[in-house]
Amino acid sequence: MNHAYDVSHLLAGLMLVASFSLLYQDRIFAVLNIFAAQAILLSMAVGWEAWTQQRPHLFITAALALCLKGIIIPVALHKMIVRLGVHRDVEQVVGVGKTLLLGLALTSLSLMLVLKITVAADSFTREGLALALAIILLGMLMMITRRNAVTQIVGFMSLENGLILAATGARGMPLVVEVSVAFSVLIALFVFAVFVFRIRERFDSVDIEALENVRGDTK
Amino acid sequence: MTGAGFSAAPQLAILLAGIALYAAAAVFAAVFHRHKSVLAAVYPICIVAAAIAAGASLAALLGNTDSGFRLPLGLPVIGLHIRLDALSAFFVLIVNLGVLTTAIYGLGLDRDRDLSARVEPFFPAYALAMNLVLIAGDAFGFLFSWELMSLTSWVLVVSRHRDAGNRHAGHVYLVMAAIGTVSLLFAFGGLAGAAGNYAFDAIRAAPPGPLVAGLVLAGAIFGAGSKAGIAPLHAWLPLAHPAAPSHVSALMSGVMTKVAIYGIIRIVFDLLGTPIWWWALPFLLLGAMTAVLGLLYAVLDNDLKRVLAYSTVENIGIIFVGLGLALAFKASGLSAAAAVAMAATLLHCLNHSWFKSLLFLGAGAVLHATGRRDFDGLGGLIHRMPVTAAFWLVGAMSISALPPFNGFVSEWLLFQAVLAGPAFPEPILRFMSPAVGAMLALAAALAAACFVRAFGIVYLGRPRSREAAEAHETARPQQVAMALLAGLCLLGGLFGGVAVSAIQPLLQTLAGAPLPATGTGPTPFSLVAFDAARSIYDAPTIAIFLLTSGLLVTLLVHHLSGRRTRLGPAWDCGFPDPSPLTQYSASSFSQPLRRVYGGTVFGASETIDMPQPGDNRPASLNVQLHDYAWELLYAAPARAVVGLSARLNALQFLTIRSYLMLVFSALIALLLIAAVWF
Amino acid sequence: MSETLTLLFGQTIQMFLVLLVAPAIAGITRRTKARFMRRQGAPIIQPYRDLIKLLRKEAVVAQNASWFFRSAPYAILAFTWVAAALVPTFASGLMFNWAADAVALVALLGAARALLALAGMDVGTSFGGIGSSREMMIATLAEPAMLLVVLTVALTAGTTRLPEVAEFLTAAPVTVRVSLALALVALVIVALAENARIPVDNPATHLELTMVHEAMVLEYSGRHLAMIEMAAQLKLVLYISLIVCLFLPFGMAPANAGPAAWPMGMAAYLVKLVFGAALLGVWEVSIAKMRVFRVGEFLGGAFVFAFLAILLAFLTREVLN
Repeated sequence: MNHAYDVSHLLAGLMLVASFSLLYQDRIFAVLNIFAAQAILLSMAVGWEAWTQQRPHLFITAALALCLKGIIIPVALHKMIVRLGVHRDVEQVVGVGKTLLLGLALTSLSLMLVLKITVAADSFTREGLALALAIILLGMLMMITRRNAVTQIVGFMSLENGLILAATGARGMPLVVEVSVAFSVLIALFVFAVFVFRIRERFDSVDIEALENVRGDTK
Repeated sequence: MTGAGFSAAPQLAILLAGIALYAAAAVFAAVFHRHKSVLAAVYPICIVAAAIAAGASLAALLGNTDSGFRLPLGLPVIGLHIRLDALSAFFVLIVNLGVLTTAIYGLGLDRDRDLSARVEPFFPAYALAMNLVLIAGDAFGFLFSWELMSLTSWVLVVSRHRDAGNRHAGHVYLVMAAIGTVSLLFAFGGLAGAAGNYAFDAIRAAPPGPLVAGLVLAGAIFGAGSKAGIAPLHAWLPLAHPAAPSHVSALMSGVMTKVAIYGIIRIVFDLLGTPIWWWALPFLLLGAMTAVLGLLYAVLDNDLKRVLAYSTVENIGIIFVGLGLALAFKASGLSAAAAVAMAATLLHCLNHSWFKSLLFLGAGAVLHATGRRDFDGLGGLIHRMPVTAAFWLVGAMSISALPPFNGFVSEWLLFQAVLAGPAFPEPILRFMSPAVGAMLALAAALAAACFVRAFGIVYLGRPRSREAAEAHETARPQQVAMALLAGLCLLGGLFGGVAVSAIQPLLQTLAGAPLPATGTGPTPFSLVAFDAARSIYDAPTIAIFLLTSGLLVTLLVHHLSGRRTRLGPAWDCGFPDPSPLTQYSASSFSQPLRRVYGGTVFGASETIDMPQPGDNRPASLNVQLHDYAWELLYAAPARAVVGLSARLNALQFLTIRSYLMLVFSALIALLLIAAVWF
Repeated sequence: MSETLTLLFGQTIQMFLVLLVAPAIAGITRRTKARFMRRQGAPIIQPYRDLIKLLRKEAVVAQNASWFFRSAPYAILAFTWVAAALVPTFASGLMFNWAADAVALVALLGAARALLALAGMDVGTSFGGIGSSREMMIATLAEPAMLLVVLTVALTAGTTRLPEVAEFLTAAPVTVRVSLALALVALVIVALAENARIPVDNPATHLELTMVHEAMVLEYSGRHLAMIEMAAQLKLVLYISLIVCLFLPFGMAPANAGPAAWPMGMAAYLVKLVFGAALLGVWEVSIAKMRVFRVGEFLGGAFVFAFLAILLAFLTREVLN
């Protein structure tokens, strides 16, 4: 086959690996770094599509993914975590091992499903859709199995990465750029709203008290 | 052939002679059960009978015999069909080799201590029943002898009825056997169809439609699967198999489970017609689950014979996976792969019968020598029982699928079949195959862990009790029996290719293709799956390699260093403790595995009971495990049944009029059903 | 006939090559680690000296040790040596390369491991038991991942015979490089666990509760210990060779090239070995040892990688056909 397929396969495959790494990690900063890496991979994948398919408007989507989700959001989250003193551990509802096994089952399911229903489509679309569905399901899994607000948001954004990958992979979809812009803005709003509220809540009720108690003990 | 007439191939005639000898031994021993010498004579007779039957079946297998006749016995119209084909012959061989070795073991039983009228008359009867199941040519004969097999083995299970645990085991076994038979009855009912063809030939000529076939499949899996010990229907097995005397345990675990597998193969591969791909799903799912679950139970258990019984559950899982793969490949038209999977299944049946019998006989020797079978009371037996220990090591390595022993041959074939899984046209099967393969690999690694633990705790280390410290080597015939089985394990491991060439016609019938003939590989003994360019396992070459390198190592090391050896106290990092309690125990050995797998599978939890300061109680670490299969599938229905039977008990005290009304309403109900149905 | 003799000769060369080279590989890894810790480090030939020293010393055996304890080291070394001799190293298609495929190779190593774990339990000390039980636990985690790696390779190359796999991967333009790369990661993780390397086990510790391999062999001394050390070093060479053979087979002498191509192949093989050993050293200084019960997650990662490799290979096959 040609390089076009190889590279897009590589990038999408690595995005899937990044999704699994998100499930594997139990430290928040590592989660943020992997998320940033996934967003950068996404922007590269979209950029590659734009290049090979001669669809320059996709470059906007790529740039958007790179700036917003590859750099700005991770950095902002990072700073907030430091400033607000959030737990640095990922709080898991389901253990890592079980989550990973579930993730594998979900991935198998999505590949099986997409390959079965898209027999008529071309190889890029089938491949993109299959991996994108897997990434979406893994994002959902992460939201379900992690308790912490930050990881839930990361799960949601990773889910959205999958959506954009699906939209770019499906050739001939005209509204990709608009959809991705709208999504990204929405996500940004959502992220910051939820994050600030949830953290403020935690911050007031748990962390400060704990800190004060500790100080009271030592004095 | 189905018609009358008494023409039978010589193999069948000789086999029947052997079987008749079993019957004679059983009757003889039952009549003269007061004489110890008669009871002791059972085993030599059984040896002769088993040798005759095994020889006949081997000849039938090699000659691909298909012979049968009809006796005017049994049900009026149908008669009783006797039939010996290659499939039957293969399993008859398994059964009689098992009986042969266990009977040799029986020769060494202590005349005053061990022989009893509760065991010896039933031993040949049990062997007889298993043989009859295999040569039955119709549903009635099959079910009748199946029931006979269940009953005789039940008698053997409860032969030590003074122990409450054994009585409980017998109770559970009887209930499960009854349910299994009923389920098989339904399966054969479905196969017979409206025409009522109970002879296998007639069924084969008119296989059922897809819906009925599905029901028959379910019935067969439930009925024969529960006898074989497939999870979650396995719970009776680790109770019943260890309760019997050890040589009978060997037969139950090593051989009777294979008779159940024969039932499944006979129904699913022979009688049920052309397979559909989804038939494989229950086999693959149940098999993979059983394989892992059985070993997790085994690795957490602290009773030698129960560990072996749980490991039987695991091996049945492996056999089920093999059956599932063979079915799936056959249904997908990939007959070369189906042959690999089927060869793996059949060889594993044979191999498991050998090493499991060996391990149970060894456990019996340990039990006889020490009176104990709990891991916490054993240890260090390699010093007092070196022969048993060496043979047991062979068995343990075989069952852990380690080369160059026989367990690895079937395991290797099975992995080759799994590796062909990506060729499935059906996506579900294709995506399932790596998961199934991973489960099999996990089971293989767990088996190694389980038997390292068992051998290490029982035979190595220091004795954990006075009985273990004063153990004695087992009697000579028992050593001979174990030596025979260990030799078979080694030969089977080295010459798996030869074994495969013996079952080629069988593979042709069951899978639709044979394996590549021996001689297509680089040496005449190479085991070849698919073709020589794809996968070869050449055990003799590897064995020669091992011998050569072992020899070289020995020469080299002794040349360089001499053999100076000094005996000293154990080092143990400078703090050796003389108490054997400081050794690693069986529970401590399984702790890492419990921590890794137990939480998910058994809901394992640990609590520490730490007494307050000033309290003299010792602190203790308690582990809670849940056996979900038992709790959900046995305990709950058992409560329901007990409640129901209390109600039904009231029925025994009705007036005649009420009885008549019951019978009458049953009749009306049947008529109504008939009216609706037709 | 002369061709057979040549191949037999090649096989013999390989048998002794792996044996001779193994201590040096361990030495290179140790040396790399030392240099990265800004220590001088022992010379690369130190492991040879250690082995000779151990061989010269008398063996001290515990009083209650059985025949199994004394004979196990010979068997362990023999099993490992045979396995190492059957992996294609500098040339493919040697005399007995066909005798064991990937599955059989794993099983040979499994036999050596089971014997070692049993030997650890023979004297009846708590250290031996702890090592054995953990070793077997780690094996249960590593083996499924290993099988999936084999499955990926078999899926790609259509065979489980290592020489054929190596040849297929050198020759064919493969579009499944992504899944092969994932399988490689999985295999590396498995190799770390199987060789008792950081982060699963620490080959440098001798008296900690975290140790696995060293705890098993605690009672051994003299020539017995030398054989077990040798087996461990051979196992490391075997795994590096396996990784190299499956994933970086370039430079290996082809099956029908004859002895003329062997020196080239040998040079390439040795370079790859040295590189692998040095890389292992770098890895070991840059990561911390894990708690024993985190190993499950680490090896679970290998399992996930290997499974993803298979899924991606399925995907590629399906999409491109």
